[in-house]
Formats: sequence, C-alpha cells, structure tokens
Amino acid sequence: MSVRRLAKDQPASFAFAPETLALANWWIGKYPAGRQRSAVIPILWLVQKQDGWVSEPAIRAIAAMLNMDVIRVLEVATFYTMFQLEPVGRKALIQVCGTTPCQLRGSLELMAVCKDKIGAKDHLSADGDFTWQEVECLGACVNAPMAQINDYYYEDLTPESLAKIIDDFRAGSAPKPGSYAGRHTSEPEGGALTLTDPALYDGKAGKPIKSLPNLPKPEPAA
Amino acid sequence: MPKAKVNGVEVEFEPGMTALQVAELAGEEIPRFCYHERLSIAGNCRMCLVEVKPGPPKPAASCALPAAENMEIFTNTPMVKKAREGVLEFLLINHPLDCPICDQGGECDLQDETLGYGRDDSRFQENKRAVEEKFMGPLIKTVMTRCIQCTRCVRFAAEIAGVPELGMIGRGEDAEITTYLEGAVTSELSGNLADICPVGALTHKPWAFNYRPWELKKTEGVDVMDALGSAIRIDTRGPEVMRILPRINEEINEEWISDKTRHVCDGLMRQRLDRPYIREKGRLREATWAEAFAAVAKRVSATTPDKMGLIAGDLQDAESMKAAMDLFTALGVKNIDCRQDGAQLGGARESYLFNTTILGLEACDALLLVGTNPRREAALVNARIRKTWLTGKLQVGLIGEAADLNYGYEHIGAGPASLAKLGAFGKVLKAAANPAIIIGQGALTGPGGAAVLRAAAKVAADHKMVRADWNGFNVLHTAAARVGGLDMGFTPRKGGKDVAGMIEAAASGKLDVLFLLGADEIAADKLGSAFVVYLGSHGDAGANRADVVLPGAAYTEKPGIYVNTEGRAQVMGRAAFPKGEAREDWAVIRALSEHLGKQLPYDSLEALRARLMQDHPTFGQVDYAPGASTAAGFDLKSVGEEGALSDKAFAGALSDFYLTNPIARASVTMAECSALAISVRRAPLAAE
Ligand code: SF4
Ligand code: FES
Ligand code: FES
Repeated sequence: MSVRRLAKDQPASFAFAPETLALANWWIGKYPAGRQRSAVIPILWLVQKQDGWVSEPAIRAIAAMLNMDVIRVLEVATFYTMFQLEPVGRKALIQVCGTTPCQLRGSLELMAVCKDKIGAKDHLSADGDFTWQEVECLGACVNAPMAQINDYYYEDLTPESLAKIIDDFRAGSAPKPGSYAGRHTSEPEGGALTLTDPALYDGKAGKPIKSLPNLPKPEPAA
Repeated sequence: MPKAKVNGVEVEFEPGMTALQVAELAGEEIPRFCYHERLSIAGNCRMCLVEVKPGPPKPAASCALPAAENMEIFTNTPMVKKAREGVLEFLLINHPLDCPICDQGGECDLQDETLGYGRDDSRFQENKRAVEEKFMGPLIKTVMTRCIQCTRCVRFAAEIAGVPELGMIGRGEDAEITTYLEGAVTSELSGNLADICPVGALTHKPWAFNYRPWELKKTEGVDVMDALGSAIRIDTRGPEVMRILPRINEEINEEWISDKTRHVCDGLMRQRLDRPYIREKGRLREATWAEAFAAVAKRVSATTPDKMGLIAGDLQDAESMKAAMDLFTALGVKNIDCRQDGAQLGGARESYLFNTTILGLEACDALLLVGTNPRREAALVNARIRKTWLTGKLQVGLIGEAADLNYGYEHIGAGPASLAKLGAFGKVLKAAANPAIIIGQGALTGPGGAAVLRAAAKVAADHKMVRADWNGFNVLHTAAARVGGLDMGFTPRKGGKDVAGMIEAAASGKLDVLFLLGADEIAADKLGSAFVVYLGSHGDAGANRADVVLPGAAYTEKPGIYVNTEGRAQVMGRAAFPKGEAREDWAVIRALSEHLGKQLPYDSLEALRARLMQDHPTFGQVDYAPGASTAAGFDLKSVGEEGALSDKAFAGALSDFYLTNPIARASVTMAECSALAISVRRAPLAAE
C-alpha cells in the first residue's frame, strides 16, 4: 500500500447516470432518515462502476447527495484501497495477487508479464487500455497464482496463459474467467479424488439424530 | 454518588465520568495525547492506559472507559508503566525527533511524556515514514511528519470551530491529516488548532522560528480586539510581544481565542508612535513633549469650550478615558463621545449590556439575533451559541444579513421592520423557557438606532425575556472600550455634540480643537481646518490627520481596566513598556492637564483608579458580570426611543473582521488573513 492521493488531472464535472442514480437512491432508502450517509460506501462503489474510478467532482457530488462534509467522503474514498482514485484501463484492470501463497506459486512472473505487456505498475498504459496493480490476498489461494481482471477471477495462471488473456482483452474479446489449469473451481486437477462414492449423496448414509449435541439441559421437573 | 478506588484511595465521582476523569479527581495525572476535555473522545492514541479491576487482565484506555461503581483503577503499576512505554515507543517510531528545529520544543506533550515513558534509545532499524507538508492557510504551519494522528485538530475543526474541513485521509502508516484539497482553514478560530495539537505538527506560522517558550516573560492580560475581554497571556521577550495565547476563562472564552486576538501582536511593533510630532507647513515633524504640550495649550487657550471636542477610541483603557473626560469636563467642554460608530446607546446600564452573559447563553433555548454577525463581531460568543445549538436545545432566529454562522438559524428578515413581524419564530420565542435577544452594533448605528433598540426591547418585553432570574436582553458590542465609556458617562453633556455632530462641526469650521484619544475609526479626512490632537499608539487615520501627535501606549503596554460587553470589569497587566518616548495614556493626559491650567487631582494610577471607582463603583467589581442580578429593576419600556422602523437592511458592524483597529491594520498577518478571507468570500461568485 502506498500514499493515496487524488489524480492530478480531474474532469471538470461529474454526473450520475440514471441507473447509478436509481441504485444510489435504493441504497439511501435502506437507511433511516438522517442516516443517509451510511450509504457512502455503496455509492462510491456505484460511481466507480459507472466511471471506472472515483474522481474529485464525483466525491463532491456524493457529499452533496448525502448531505455530508466533502472531507468525510474523501476520507472514506482514500481509506479503502479498492476505490480507484485514478482512471484505470478501458479494457481491463488487472489486479495480480502478490501475497505469499500466490507468490510461492509464481505471481512474480505474472507481474513481469504485466510489466512487459502493459507498463509500470499502478499506471495507465500508454494507450489507456490497461492498468495493472499488485493486491493482497483475494481469497483464492487454492487456485494460486491468480489475478482479478475487472469483475472476475482468473486462476491457476501461468505467464503464458496470462499473456494470452491480456492479448485477448486487447483484441476486444472477453476471455472466460476461472481456472486456467483445466480444473473445475478448486477441485484437484483431473477431477475429484475423494468423496466420489455416489452413495454418499443418495441419503442412505445419513443416521437419525437423537438429540442435538449442545442443547441446554432440560429443567428438572419440579 | 458512586465511588471508585484510584491506587487504593477512594474517591466519589459523578455518574458519567470516565476512568481518566476519576483518576484526575484523585490527583493522578494521566498522560494523554488524543483526549481533550472540550472535544469528543477518540481513544486512538492509547497513551492513557491504566489497569482496572474488575476487568480483563490487560490495560484499558482510561479516557474512553466509563467509570463504574466500585471500580478499582491503578495508574502506577508495572503493567501500566510498561504498556505506556510500549505505546510511546510506537508513537516515536515514525516521529522525526527533530525537536531542535521544532517550534513546539519546550511545550510539547510528546517531549514531556517521553521524559516519563521514553526509552533511552531506539530499537527501530527501518526507514521512518515522511509526510508531505500541507497548506492550511496563513496561520497554521504544518510539519506533518511529526503528526501522531491524535485527530484533535479534526475534532476541533468539526466540533468547536464548526468548519469540517480537516480530515484524516489514507490509512495505517499512510494516514495523513489534511484540509480538503489543502484549502486554507476558513475559521476565525483556526489558531487554536495549533494550540491543541499535542506535538509540533501544527504550529503558528507567523511565529515560526521566532522564539523558544522558555525565553518568554508571561503576563496575564485581557484582549481588546473585540468587546468580550477574552483572557489572554501575553508572552514577551524584552520589549517585543512575541505571541498571545489564550488563558482559561470558562465565563468568556473557555480556552480559545480568535485569530485576531492571537495574531494581531505583530502589529504592536509596526507603525508605532514613539515620539511627539507637531505639524508644520503641512508636514509632521518630531518634537519634544514640552513643545507638543505648548502647541496644544496655545490652541486651547485661543478658543472656547463649545468649540472643543473629545472622542475616545475603541481600544482605550478606562483610566485614560476617565482622565481625559475629567480634564475636558474641567475645561467646560460638552462635546464628549466614545461611540465612534454612532451607536445610539446610553442610559440604564442594562440597556447596553450583554445581560444574559456569555456563559448564560448555555441556558438559552431560543435566541433572536438582530443586526449582528457574531461569528465576525465576537467569535467566541458565536462558538458559545454553536456549543449550545449542538445540544439540540437552542433555536436561533436572525434578522440581518444571512451569513454562514456555523449553526442553523431561521432567517426572519433583513431590516428593522422584521422586528415587528417575527412570524413563526415569534411562537418559538413565546414557547421558550429562557428566550434571549442579541442586538448588534450594525442595528444601532445611525439615526434610526434608538428606534431599533426600542423595538428590540419591545420584542424582549412581549416575549418575557426579562424576569427576576433571567435577563435575555443583550447588546453585543464590538469595541473593548465602549461599555467602560458608557459606564463612566463618556457621552455628550447636555447640549453637547456626538461624534457625527463634532465631525460636521469640524468640517464646517465650527469646531476649533478636536482631541482624539486613540480614535481612528472616524472620518478623519473630513475634519476641515480643526486643530486635531491625537493621543495613541499607532500611526493610523487619526495620527495622519493630527496637528499634534502625542505618543501613547498600546494595550499590552499599560495596566488598565476594561469592561467587556457583559459589564465585566477586568484588569490588564503590563507586558511591555511603551515605545521610545511614549508614555501611558493617562500620564500624558495628566501632564497635559498642567499645561492647560486644569491640573488633574491624581498623581498615580492608583489614585486615578480610586477616583474612577469612587465615581463609578462598577469599575471596582472586577471580574464580575451583573447578569440577571439587576433584571428586576430593568425597565424595558424606557430603552431606546420611539421612532419609525425603516425596512433598509442592517449594515454589518465590521466591514473587515481582520482590520478593525489601528493595531490590526498595522499587522502583516492580519493583512494576509484579510486578503485571504476576501478571496475566499469571492470564490463562490467566480464559480457561478
Ligand atoms: S496534526 Fe496534531 S492535532 Fe492533528 S492529528 Fe496530528 S498530532 Fe493530532
Ligand atoms: S494469496 Fe493470492 S489469493 Fe490468497
Ligand atoms: S488519551 Fe486515551 S487513547 Fe488517547
């Protein structure tokens, strides 16, 4: 993590798209009157969905919408690293996991690929199509190494598969998310090795339970 | 009352107190950085750790821990010491330890606590973090690497100052304190930010690298920049006032002061009158005291009392006003006035005092502001209103300019006519238990002033604002000398002229001699051919026009009595000596009286004070504000004068908050603040 600042170049203004506005109002409606500011995180998120990033005019617009002091919105936006404070690639935002399990499984090589094909970390590529970042564990360590690209996880990556994925994004197609080692979610490669007996799933193995283990003792009859 | 034990000693405490407060009751000092009595509790520095029983076997942050019946608090066990040492070591990890070049050095909480809980060396081998400086305006210097993230400043800005512009951005190691997009803090209380910062992250920009606190001589004083008489401490080195800090006075300023009060001090070393001057062939030339007095005596003896006038300024001490008034009365002069702005005040004392008192505002539940912008005219009254408003019990209505006051109010109208039709707010006032009205000078100046005062008194009477135990009728003054002047009757004698009358007479050649006692807020360029004598400390409008300049002392250079807007007489100490040949004002007048053949009957300040208190006993009631004690005898019907109410909007009393008097106009810092405030005020227009 590093110091997070607002981008130097900011758009002149921000406007909520109608669908963003509708969703924002739905979120605001979830909270009791006078507590609208509770919706600040979802709305920041919606704005990021709309524009790809959170701009300074957007922060002001959110503050006005929620009747909050603008510095309070800035605090939230800078606190959470998932809010992008700079414009990100039009085609893909690649977030490579760099935490230990992924690193042991080769995330450094993945980053080298990104550096090679896109450019410096945390910076928009020259053509404006890509941004790549290193992030902390995304909770998919069983499929290490992995990266989140836009909204999906791309798992069991190799430098080659990642390079291909980047090329596909560049060509305008949407490569399929999931494991690139040919396995189903996090099952072993080549299919499941345990719990394969179909009898486990037909209900016969179940035994009736006499009592729940942690129930309080019944009161002694008076 | 519940009881708790602190280090084995039993103490009684009030329900709702925290463990830290209870420990303090028992006389234990708890180290703290983030906790501040007047701010909300953050509990984020962890320096205040104590051991409590019953409770988990780990130290607890006492500032955020409600004390409970039979709680046992330990502040000096080995566990507590070790825990605090650990906290301090962490705080120092990212602290630059640049005390030798830090302005907070010598009065830094972090330094002090390190003395008690610090290690002798550092175990930290890694790189320290560094944080970029942030711009916060002309008064606050930032060295953000020193910040320990206590968030006192953030809370002060949001809670007390009412300008939620500061915040902590980022997180963890990268957390930084900043204003939004590094804008200047737009509060008139911003200097207090540097006071509450426990370390050297926020310091006073105008005073940077000017002094070390231990070199300074400290004198307790009273502020004269507005009419509140805030408690201040004047720190001097030799002849120079290096800084002005607040002292605690719960009844007036709590522990804050306005930026003008604090930073006007550089004006005390500029534009000073340090020797007498006489105008010859249109130019002022240096003169001796004897020459100057002789020149005055010559002109005075050549004219008659009805062609002489005396005007006192806004920063004058009561003693010099008394001496001048006595002298001119002895000369038979009737044209005497201390109301430079032409405020139509006088008469019964309650009719021109802030009777509710500033502390009393906390009991008020409906407040009507008339022709005043307290945020600019009396920043700490405004802070007190905001404090009460924040409790949710106070409703505010305003007649006058709709300004940003840092609290919500109902805008009833812009001019005097609205006093007669309060609309919905009238019901609020009717229903209130302790309603009050504050009338500003903007409503009282000019010909219609007395009628406005009468109308305001009628509102007060109609809404039962004055009763035996409550006086809700308030006049908010802007001049420190004004109430003292009115108390001693520094107003035109029967048949005499007021300030406007004197200026008119001077312009048309009907006034020969005009004596300005520190009076600079009048139209000095419209005095025609009158012979003007100016006694004061600064070369401003008055001295510019004067034919004889008599150098006097500034407020920090003379002992003096000032009566604040509540009618509270307060005594000022002398922090430095007058500059050059200048003398204390009363002594100059005493010396002049001999040359005019009307020697005043006092040779010492003590004798003058005795006389003052004898003639006007209220000056002897030091630090006492009458408040509601005189409410029973206060007849609202006799306040002001009957007259028609115009519908012209009230003018503001102050055109520029930062430049209201000669000292402020001489101050570079105030000029900077004024320029910034003007640019901030214009900014929204530019954006439209
Ligand atoms: S700047 Fe000072 S007051 Fe503000 S958080 Fe940092 S240390 Fe605390
Ligand atoms: S370490 Fe990469 S997903 Fe957990
Ligand atoms: S003073 Fe208690 S945590 Fe800071």
